[in-house]
Amino acid sequence: MLITTQAKGFIHPVPSEITLPAAYQSRRDLIRLMATGVAGAALASWASREAFAQAWTPPGQLAALAHGKSSASGALTLEKVTDYKHASSYNNFYEFGTDKSDPARNAHTLKTSPWSVDIEGLIKKPGRYALEDLLKLSAQEERIYRLRCVEGWSMVIPWVGYSLSELIRKVEPLGSAKFVEFVTLADAKTMPGVGSRVLDWPYVEGLRLDEAMHPLTLLAFGMYGEVLPKQNGAPLRLVVPWKYGFKSGKSLVKIRFTDKQPATAWNKAAAHEYGFYSNVNPDVDHPRWSQATERRIGEDGLFTKKRKTLMFNGYAAQVGQLYAGMDLKKFF
Amino acid sequence: MPGSEGRRLLTWFAAISLHRHAKPLVFGVALLPFAYLMWSAVFDQLGANPAEALVRSTGDWALRMLCVVLAVTPLRVLTGAPALARFRRMLGLFVYFYALLHLLSYSGFDMAFELADIASDIAKRPFILVGFLAFVLLTSLALTSFNRAIKALGAKNWQRLHQAVYLVAGLAILHFFWMRAGKNDFAEVAVYAAVLAALLGWRLWRYLVKVAAGGRRSSRI
Repeated sequence: MLITTQAKGFIHPVPSEITLPAAYQSRRDLIRLMATGVAGAALASWASREAFAQAWTPPGQLAALAHGKSSASGALTLEKVTDYKHASSYNNFYEFGTDKSDPARNAHTLKTSPWSVDIEGLIKKPGRYALEDLLKLSAQEERIYRLRCVEGWSMVIPWVGYSLSELIRKVEPLGSAKFVEFVTLADAKTMPGVGSRVLDWPYVEGLRLDEAMHPLTLLAFGMYGEVLPKQNGAPLRLVVPWKYGFKSGKSLVKIRFTDKQPATAWNKAAAHEYGFYSNVNPDVDHPRWSQATERRIGEDGLFTKKRKTLMFNGYAAQVGQLYAGMDLKKFF
Repeated sequence: MPGSEGRRLLTWFAAISLHRHAKPLVFGVALLPFAYLMWSAVFDQLGANPAEALVRSTGDWALRMLCVVLAVTPLRVLTGAPALARFRRMLGLFVYFYALLHLLSYSGFDMAFELADIASDIAKRPFILVGFLAFVLLTSLALTSFNRAIKALGAKNWQRLHQAVYLVAGLAILHFFWMRAGKNDFAEVAVYAAVLAALLGWRLWRYLVKVAAGGRRSSRI
């Protein structure tokens, strides 16, 4: 029998029972939306516009990209979305220069049309896929992901795209395919950084096939409801939200299925600093800085203590099983 | 040998370096980067990551000031304007000022002034350690920069101590090099390294010439 004493006052909730403020807020938004719906259809649409507007202001910079909401688990974080201004002006895209303001300044030279992607290697349906066909290959969805850069900063970005697995299924990998290699554009004529010796061009990234097949692994064509800005990797890029940002190659031109672990750009440049996996992991430091905390761009002020970095960037529930039994200190 | 035009320019240069407003003017100019950074911070002009921008630009300015102060002696000798020496202490203290801002930015913005975290970061990361060593050396120079310290130490010892600035230059470049090493991005590091190498190389060359000439007088490099 449960006896409530004077001292206890009332039955205290256990922490797991407490509703997160973000969830609480979104429910309130929903209730408000429904209540307005009862008042009138016209008002309801006005209210829903307001509810969506809370996430971010549509930038109105580029062509809109039609999309639905994603139903994938973990695909829609409720955290505050980073300002488009910051997401499109603070970029690491070394083909356009190593300073984070370089891509926004230099990427206008990138020619994104016509564009095609060579899909090859250990698959049944290799070939050159035109961007127009890739755009239509599956329904475009919005995914609001945390983005954690290996340098210790983070953003929250609403991408538009579909699970890479949709494309992989269409090209039918052979049983021998174990890895996927992503090759990005390296055009010295339009990309001033490609002449530099910073990295071995073209920029190559890679995933294990099961990582590439994970529903959260996104082939993105847009962000903030519009097509991708050039400095963010137009016309199509990868987004792997539980890995450091550099794993997500921009402006993809080739996807190759292999039986060997691909030699990836940063791993080739500094193997002791950048592993093949590069999963976000607060317990494995970069040799030159700690990965335990991060600064959220545009949100954390100068004197705000940096926020704690989450294991797998907060996607442990979705992707943890991919690495069951692996020593993540060794396979960093 | 400079022509008559060049000689007139040198005379003019020596004269303005003696002007009574020259020192306050240099002081004001050396403060401009600080004023600009403060202005940018207050009016949100530091970009998407203001903390990183402040940590980096204060480091850049410490390094630039170091180049400037190390250029004083070569400039003094090459232009024959002895009055330039009177700017040296002030410029040296500006190196310290920007280095201190750099350390404070890192400690505050990156480490939230958690002393234990800072200590373990220094111990753990060679590039931070090297930067910190340079700062410790600069501190000892700043603390002995006033006239009574020179008297107390004796000119000879004081000079020997203050030659540690050459070591600071080496440590600062190593710190910058290591920071950029992970990105194989050495263009900017190379520029500073070349400037410092030229400034220190000039001193070495001058010293060697003196030794070769058999000069027994203490060589003031």
